[in-house]
Amino acid sequence: MDTFIQQIINGLVLGSIYALVALGYTMVYGILGLINFAHGEVVMIGALTALTVIKLLANSGLPGIVVVLLGLAAAVPVCMALGFTIERVAYRPLRNAPRLAPLITAIGVSIVLQQLAMIFWGRSYHAFPPILPTTGRDIGGAHITDLQIVIVLLAAAIMAGLMLLVNKTRLGRAMRATAENPQIAGLMGVNINAIISATFLIGSALAAVAGVMVSANYSIAHYHMGFILGLKAFTAAVLGGIGNLPGAMLGGVLLGLIESLGAGYIGDLTGGFLGSHYQDVFAFFVLILVLVFRPSGLMGEKVAERA
Amino acid sequence: MSTDKRKALLGMVLIGVALAVLPFLVGKGLGNSWVRVLDFALLYVMLALGLNIVVGFAGLLDLGYIAFYAVGAYLYALLASPHFGLHWPVWAILPMGALVAGFFGVLLGAPTLRLRGDYLAIVTLGFGEIVRIFMNNLNAPINITNGPQGISQIDPVRIMGVSLSKPLEIFGLTLSSVYLYYYLFLALTLLVVFVSIRLEDSRIGRAWVAIREDEIAAKACGIDTRNVKLLAFAMGATFGGVAGGLFAGFQEFVSPESFGLMESIMVLCMVVLGGMGHIPGVILGGLLLAVLPEALRHGAVPMQRALFGQVLLDPESLRMLLFGLALIAVMLYRPAGLWPEARRKREFAEKAK
Repeated sequence: MDTFIQQIINGLVLGSIYALVALGYTMVYGILGLINFAHGEVVMIGALTALTVIKLLANSGLPGIVVVLLGLAAAVPVCMALGFTIERVAYRPLRNAPRLAPLITAIGVSIVLQQLAMIFWGRSYHAFPPILPTTGRDIGGAHITDLQIVIVLLAAAIMAGLMLLVNKTRLGRAMRATAENPQIAGLMGVNINAIISATFLIGSALAAVAGVMVSANYSIAHYHMGFILGLKAFTAAVLGGIGNLPGAMLGGVLLGLIESLGAGYIGDLTGGFLGSHYQDVFAFFVLILVLVFRPSGLMGEKVAERA
Repeated sequence: MSTDKRKALLGMVLIGVALAVLPFLVGKGLGNSWVRVLDFALLYVMLALGLNIVVGFAGLLDLGYIAFYAVGAYLYALLASPHFGLHWPVWAILPMGALVAGFFGVLLGAPTLRLRGDYLAIVTLGFGEIVRIFMNNLNAPINITNGPQGISQIDPVRIMGVSLSKPLEIFGLTLSSVYLYYYLFLALTLLVVFVSIRLEDSRIGRAWVAIREDEIAAKACGIDTRNVKLLAFAMGATFGGVAGGLFAGFQEFVSPESFGLMESIMVLCMVVLGGMGHIPGVILGGLLLAVLPEALRHGAVPMQRALFGQVLLDPESLRMLLFGLALIAVMLYRPAGLWPEARRKREFAEKAK
């Protein structure tokens, strides 16, 4: 039973991070109908930027929390600038091109970012300095660290803030209008380009936060981390219903739970035939199953012939 | 025989002679390691032509294509190596590899038929990763793939008792192994090209193009889109399976590392940069992207030494960086590829307006 609770906790933490990244995918998809393939790499750049700052300041005598916050403060603008540039360079010129074209530039951007990160930060794994308190508490035989609690709460707060932004503000209304129909929104006086840029900026800021969370949670970051994370977050977005914000959150948390429960129990289920190193396979199976049986996702409305 | 046909025939003979003497020119001029590069280039051309059926003809973006290559390679490795003590002849394995890869193609195609565009891309990508993860981990509890170490000591390709891994003396001429493989690969590449051309002109080929252009319209015209799309996956996978088998025999070693996502993307680059759906363009793309990185590998290090006095970028990351940039640049400035099909060029020009 304690393993079960432990896996639930791990799954929730993982799921909150997936949810944050998934929001970035789903917002862009909602507005542009485009999978921002490079989003995972933005997460990676955010994690590594923050880690660089954190490493620089690790011995400065400042409290660990402040150092991490400073790292985050560096990562967010870097990622926002990156997201903005990616949209300008690789997606905007192709907005009316056949659908395959922006997808391929997105793959190109993803490769370029990964290689640049490798040149910049090297091939090695970067360890997160042990500056955060490692205290935690026990719940029903399982252990949850304070860091994990903070991750889950912070992710929840950010998502609540985003929902407010999208549903209650002028910018949010413009975003929803653009997602509904860009041409008409333009006629109603919405500056489409500015809204799309804003979407990328918000998504990238969330990616930066997620990047810092991942590296703090696993105590590690490297240039290759963005790809698989991005893929899983995309799966989460699809699971929840792509283009749907609450869906992305639900999908993220569900995927996190599925993965960690799956990894915890696959050995028992298959009589030891498959081990926990198949963890990564779950996301893909979930993705394929969702797309086959409920292509519009758990919370998505039926989308008519979008592709 | 009309003059046109005679010209075409003459052209073909010239190309044939050029292809036949090419390894000798390359081998004498640049050394045998470059003939090896040519061998790989031919393998990549086969792969690119296979993917071209799926992406170029049928318009289904497949990011996990390398999985079929992996299936072909592993099948060869398992059936002709000391790993299971099996030593099947190549002529039994290659058709089987094609068949099994084709089966995997249907396996991938069946659940994804309803998807299009970007969704399909992600699912195929996931499929490719699943295949790789299984190859990496199927060494326990029953050792099937030998895990990350891969399978070594694979039998080289043998044709009528002649092993292609040893130099062959013929008409007083000693041909080393890379030359022998070159001719084998060339023969199969030509076969693949021939099949591709015939497919393109066939009823099925036209159905693929119709689906690419507008699936609903194609369906309305009486095309059984489900089966025709499955067929595209299966045909494309078949080519990949054959190329994979050849790769295993040529390398005499396979490991999951050779079948990562980057390889899938590289093959996709060949198709996209060359010109989706245009067979000569795809061949050009395959040759360019297989040979250029090698040239880069040989040229980049001395050049950087000369310019900066040190090696700033290792050739591997430089190669990937250029790939990424090339993908972006080609999509922005030449979205139909370097050597596009006339029809496709018009189409891109229209839509871009």
